[in-house]
Amino acid sequence: MRPTATPHRTATVGRGLFGGLAAVGRGVSGGLAGVGRASRLGVAAGRSLGKVGMWAPQLSPQMARVGVASVPIALFIATFTGIVMSLQASYTLTGTIPLYFVGVLVSKTMILELGPVLTGLTLAGRVGANISAELGTMRVTEQVDALETLAYDPVAYLVAPRVLAGTIMFPVVALLAVTVGIASGWVAALQLLDMSSAEFVKGLRLFFEPWDVWFCVIKSVSFGFVVTSVGCFCGLSTRGGAEGVGRSTTRAVVASSMIILFLDAVWAAVLL
Amino acid sequence: MSIEIRGLRKSFGEKEILRGFDLQAGENEIAAIVGPSGVGKSVLLKHVVGLLRPDAGSVVVDGTTVGESHGSALADLRRRIGYVFQFAALFDSMTVAENVGMGLRRAAGWTPDRIRARAEACLAMVGLEGMGSRRPADLSGGQRKRAGLARAIAFSPKYLLYDEPTTGLDPVTTTSIDRLMLRMRDELGVATLVVTHDMTSAFRVADRITLLHEGRAWFTGVPAEVRSSGDPVVRGFVEGDPGLYYGTGAGEPTAGRPR
Ligand SMILES: Nc1ncnc2c1ncn2[C@@H]1O[C@H](COP(=O)(O)OP(=O)(O)OP(=O)(O)O)[C@@H](O)[C@H]1O
Ligand SMILES: [Mg+2]
Repeated sequence: MRPTATPHRTATVGRGLFGGLAAVGRGVSGGLAGVGRASRLGVAAGRSLGKVGMWAPQLSPQMARVGVASVPIALFIATFTGIVMSLQASYTLTGTIPLYFVGVLVSKTMILELGPVLTGLTLAGRVGANISAELGTMRVTEQVDALETLAYDPVAYLVAPRVLAGTIMFPVVALLAVTVGIASGWVAALQLLDMSSAEFVKGLRLFFEPWDVWFCVIKSVSFGFVVTSVGCFCGLSTRGGAEGVGRSTTRAVVASSMIILFLDAVWAAVLL
Repeated sequence: MSIEIRGLRKSFGEKEILRGFDLQAGENEIAAIVGPSGVGKSVLLKHVVGLLRPDAGSVVVDGTTVGESHGSALADLRRRIGYVFQFAALFDSMTVAENVGMGLRRAAGWTPDRIRARAEACLAMVGLEGMGSRRPADLSGGQRKRAGLARAIAFSPKYLLYDEPTTGLDPVTTTSIDRLMLRMRDELGVATLVVTHDMTSAFRVADRITLLHEGRAWFTGVPAEVRSSGDPVVRGFVEGDPGLYYGTGAGEPTAGRPR
């Protein structure tokens, strides 16, 4: 019997637990501070839109990079998601609910959730990493400083066109993905399930509301804004050479993915 | 028309880099700042264009206090200053000619044709004629440095700041860069700050030389005064003698006589 052992151990566990919680707390508050600074950068970019001459020439190349170049991967993902959704819906519903509900499920989920969120997450990896690595490299090689000495405003010249391009192009890509996802679900229903086109379309129409499309657009606008401003923020705050560029790129992807999922929940709570 | 640095202090965290640095450079004048690696020469130069802001003290360029100006006032001032980065800092997504023309693009009256002609002329001045269509990645280190120089002079600035313009260049190119610096001074009357390790180059171009040591202007004098100085730190640096340079410990800066 060693009566001293227990309180001692409790104290250690307590300290460890407390230390762990404190670390989590620091992480969360640090993360929130970062999110705050990143969105301030996004807002500053919005304000710098007055300097049209600085960002306008950059806008269309950035829209091509952010949007057009992301279309293949977004459509690839949407195609397979549509097929899987269709098959899984029929598996779940068979024998209980009329099969045309496959059309309901595929279209509703694609429009409300999978279209915008999967596109957002994919583009967080593709676009967010790209922006962060590019601006990070410019930062550590003093190209951002060089811009400033040439009397350019880096926010207007680098950040504004990227954030604007993301905010415009994310919804476009997401709507394309939604369309392709539903179409592939439809084709899968015809080819792989014993469904007629009429049945699928019946389901599609049954619960369709135009508001759903707006919901999808609002979501992907916010995702586009977040991914590009977080990417720009992480890039511009890079320190310390190649390693620093790697670190800030990882940070950009992880942070914007987390914010996307968080915002997703917020929009569902606020708008639906 | 002048650059005036007074009592400039700057720390990064615990590390005190500048501890009350003073320096003046006027029209038609080249002031060289010398000192060993890591003393804060680049940090000092960045305060002059407002890339860094001082903890205390001030930098006044053309009557404007750099550390206190923002937005369009700062941008206006920067259009009068050419900055040659230590590692060139060329925009690698553009060609060399586009780099050189970058500062002109948003200025009134500069058509694309005029910018192209000016870029070619500036590249010729630094010995890079015909290289305008290359990418910075396809240039050698020395060529990149000269392209950075061409970019800084493209706007015909009134002030030029060179961060080690000749480090890593061969003796022949070094001489031609030195001549270019003198030409910019004599033809355009620019006020110049040049940071360098290279004492030969400093003696050749500088009207005054300042040794940056322990965060202060340890010694300021004309080249002849630097050559004949008995100060152990100055002699240690000029002769490249670490024993002499580091062996002295703390002491009061020797007041060099300004010209
Ligand atoms: N942004 C920064 N953050 C933290 N420390 C910095 C920063 N910039 C410079 N330093 C530190 O300040 C010191 C002086 O740096 P600086 O680049 O001015 O040296 P230098 O005199 O130009 O040297 P060199 O001749 O090798 O270029 C170094 O110790 C450097 O680590
Ligand atoms: Mg330096």
